[in-house]
Amino acid sequence: MSEYGLIIGDLFSVFRDVAPVLVVALFFQFVVLRARLPNAHRIAGGFLALVVGLYLFIVGLDMGIFPIGEAMAEKFSHPDHKQWTIAFAFCIGYATTMAEPALLAVTKKAEEVSSGGLQSFRLRNIVAIGVAIGLAVGVQRIFNGDPLWIYILSGYATVLMLTWLAPKEIVPLAYDSGGVTTSTITVPLVAALGLGLASNTPGRDPLIDGFGLIAFASVFPMVTVLGYAVTMKTIVELRRRGDKR
Amino acid sequence: MKYLFQLFFRSVMDVAPLLVVIFFFQFVVIGESFPNTPRMLAGIALVITGLFLFMRGLEMALFPLGESLAFSFAEKGDVKLLLAFAVAIGYSATVAEPALLAVAEKAELITHGRLTAFALRNTVAAGVAFGIALGTIRIILGHPIHYYFIGGYTLVMALTAYAPKDIVGLAYDMGGVTTSTVTVPLVTALGVGLASSISGRNPLIDGFGLVAFAAMTPMATVMVYGIAVL
Repeated sequence: MSEYGLIIGDLFSVFRDVAPVLVVALFFQFVVLRARLPNAHRIAGGFLALVVGLYLFIVGLDMGIFPIGEAMAEKFSHPDHKQWTIAFAFCIGYATTMAEPALLAVTKKAEEVSSGGLQSFRLRNIVAIGVAIGLAVGVQRIFNGDPLWIYILSGYATVLMLTWLAPKEIVPLAYDSGGVTTSTITVPLVAALGLGLASNTPGRDPLIDGFGLIAFASVFPMVTVLGYAVTMKTIVELRRRGDKR
Repeated sequence: MKYLFQLFFRSVMDVAPLLVVIFFFQFVVIGESFPNTPRMLAGIALVITGLFLFMRGLEMALFPLGESLAFSFAEKGDVKLLLAFAVAIGYSATVAEPALLAVAEKAELITHGRLTAFALRNTVAAGVAFGIALGTIRIILGHPIHYYFIGGYTLVMALTAYAPKDIVGLAYDMGGVTTSTVTVPLVTALGVGLASSISGRNPLIDGFGLVAFAAMTPMATVMVYGIAVL
């Protein structure tokens, strides 16, 4: 696509992202609920910042990150240097998740609500490590050709087991982190890697094996967040028991 | 002003790991320099500035709007209206989502039109709408989230057994793709706001989880669509 077309196309895609949400929200606020919006000026200014920010973010990704990232994903999507492909999947999973705006939003809210008890930065690191492990395992699966559902089923079984052990304050947040990890930055790069790998590995079908990598990036963060919470809880309990003695 | 500098610095730190990874793999592993360095640096500067403005917009606009809606709904006490909102926001935010559009078109191409992009998008959007509505009901009732989670994923697993092999991977991916960068903050603020304004609800335990619902239900609806047409 031409430079000009790219810039206009990005503006259009941001608009398509923001407009429906804003229209529905404002319609309910003013027409259905007939409620006033306190600080309307500030909110209008904030929306402008949000739209411009999202636009610059996406244009920047298209200019600076995606061309090189996708070229890399293509380069690493050959089964002849498996270790590097897995290492690349791990690193790119971690790095894209740390900069994922939707995850930033959720962890920021969690930090607010817990009055700083759940630090956004730490939470994002745990989620990002989950995505990294998930993608590494997912790439390994494309090489092996194991059925997808076995991995996803065992992933969710682990999540359930950990849910039972974890403090209940963390459970909804852990589940949410599965849904938000894969968005603006992660999906294009991961999809390029998955579809490339599935096309270049003999005996793999792009439709069956190429898709499904993103699913790994949503199950594993739930496991790491819950696992982290269970570990911390256990450590605190062991310490408490130690103090009593 | 000092706060804005901090916020900007944080955006730099958020993007830093991505730069480290890309530089490492390009220079050390692949052993090539970048094809167009000035363009790339400009792109990185835009990404950082964009993230900074986005975060500022979140705290100035999107979070307050979500909270304000939650309080208004709680004050009104009309559950049907709240569910109508949940459905409207879930459907409208998803059906035109650029990431979904891309995946849906790719799926139509690969299946030679047996799955149409239009039907797929609507199936996913209906799934998200239902998911957010169900999640809202959970907040009102104060049920533990994992019961819904167990029920939902049991259904997904059962459908996996019946669904044509071709659609399983696609359906699983739909869970992750649907929730966009604008919807997530609004829906999160709405959930937390509702949990804060209903007495006896804890924002952490009851408020979060709407995004997880929105990620779960499309998997089920897409597989049902696949069973129906393939």
